[in-house]
Amino acid sequence: MNAIFCLSGIVIKELYRRKDFYVLFVITAVITLMMGTVNFFHQSGIVRYLKDICLLLIWFSSLVIAIVTAARQIPAERESRTIFPLLAKPVSRWQVVAGKFAGCWLACGLALAVFYLFFGAVCGAREGRLMPAQYLQAFWLQWGMLAVVISMALLGSVVFSAPSANVTICFVVVVGILIVGAYLQKLAALQPPLTGCLLTLLYFSIPHLEWFYAVRERLIFDQDLIGWGDCVLATAYAAAYAGLFLCAAWLVFRRKPLAA
Amino acid sequence: MKLSPALVLALLLTVQLCVATALRPRARAWTKGRDSDRLMQVLLGDSRQILANQMFVQADVYFHSGYYPSVFDQVHAPTNAQHMTLAADPQAAHEPEGDAHAGDHHEEQEHEKAMNFLGPPANWLERFGRKFAITSHTHLANGREREILPWLRLSAALDPHRIETYTVAAYWLRQDLGKAKEAEAFLREGLSANPTSYEILLDLGRLYYENYHNAARAGNVWEAALRRWLQQESGKPKPNLAALGQITVRLARLEESEGHYAKAVELLELALARKASPNPEPLEGKVRALRLKQAGQAQPR
Repeated sequence: MNAIFCLSGIVIKELYRRKDFYVLFVITAVITLMMGTVNFFHQSGIVRYLKDICLLLIWFSSLVIAIVTAARQIPAERESRTIFPLLAKPVSRWQVVAGKFAGCWLACGLALAVFYLFFGAVCGAREGRLMPAQYLQAFWLQWGMLAVVISMALLGSVVFSAPSANVTICFVVVVGILIVGAYLQKLAALQPPLTGCLLTLLYFSIPHLEWFYAVRERLIFDQDLIGWGDCVLATAYAAAYAGLFLCAAWLVFRRKPLAA
Repeated sequence: MKLSPALVLALLLTVQLCVATALRPRARAWTKGRDSDRLMQVLLGDSRQILANQMFVQADVYFHSGYYPSVFDQVHAPTNAQHMTLAADPQAAHEPEGDAHAGDHHEEQEHEKAMNFLGPPANWLERFGRKFAITSHTHLANGREREILPWLRLSAALDPHRIETYTVAAYWLRQDLGKAKEAEAFLREGLSANPTSYEILLDLGRLYYENYHNAARAGNVWEAALRRWLQQESGKPKPNLAALGQITVRLARLEESEGHYAKAVELLELALARKASPNPEPLEGKVRALRLKQAGQAQPR
């Protein structure tokens, strides 16, 4: 366990040494604040468009941080050949995978917390009220969703030859799920039997990340809280998929030659 | 003579400043102050209309607080913007003549039916997923309608020829948000981009009548609207009868208040002849009442 925490600590340090988070945060803050200064028909109290834009940027930024950070972890260790002294500590391969995942997930959580603090500050300033329970729920579910994305990117990093290919594929898959994930079964009903069967199979096998994205809309449109029981179930759902991808990553990494 | 480079630089800067101040007003005239329009035209071309439509749909999404059919449920998507103004129109409920608003209740029912697009969940995954999504059909109310304004503003900037953008935004601005001046300015902006639009003139007349209580000006604007309607819609196989109904009934009411019963009858008969109201009985009753008033007016005292 200690080895896993040590490895995750290195990943967290890497996040705050690199400029990705700072750049994305500054872009999010600047765009949000600039949009906040726009005057529409001299009407005060218009806030939903601002929440929409800010949350969209937060989602985009968190996905970039999660995928890019996770996708380069193992390839970078292999390329710089630091993987050899690391595994000679002794640290087993599953500990490397688990440590890298924990580090990426915690680092994303830290970044996400800063983003949500900013979002809360913007909402508080514009609306004159705060909805901490809603923010907490949205933060938690988004963080849970990022666990799935990070584990997927880690699996990709041991399967694909280059981090760039992995990043691109992960983005395509995640955005694809967010856009059509919920409608695969509707599409299946319109297809010939074989294609329809495959689409149905896909519908039941993919992680439904769009559920977590829907929480963003609930936050924009001031909807009631989701039941905490449902949040726990969604967390368990995300944890199951993250575990599945991590197991797959470990299985592939276990037999992978380390020489780049 | 040896010139100092610093002096030359200062001279050039001064000349540049003088020329810039002289040219700037002329350059504005060359582009007629529509730099941003031209820039968007160059950058986006005809895709501006698609984007403007998307912005208008986004306003509709906001109006429904996020409950809206996706691209995969397009058969249920609202086909016009009428539901964005009829739902909370208090005037509609009190129209005595049963004008074009008589169909509003029916439209509302149709809209409710169309927006029931979710249906029962097909499986346990969908059932669980719905716990996170917005699943109830509501419309913005109590001043919250202001949230749709940014998207309508953007839609108008992208496509100034989309009439509904102006009428929907102006409706909420003057009706619930108390921004009659802003509504007028936006309608006038729409009118300058669409000088033949009878819809914008109809709304401008409503603004003068209901918000500024200027019946004379409202009458003039509605008359212009009627002329434009007759010019544009008369020959069409499916003319916009709802607009004709609203224009004629409002004009008739004005004429009646001024004692011009013959003119009022003429206008209502035009609406009846064109079948502008789905429920003609109240209009016919009004015509009969006006004729009686007209006969009473004609009799010598």
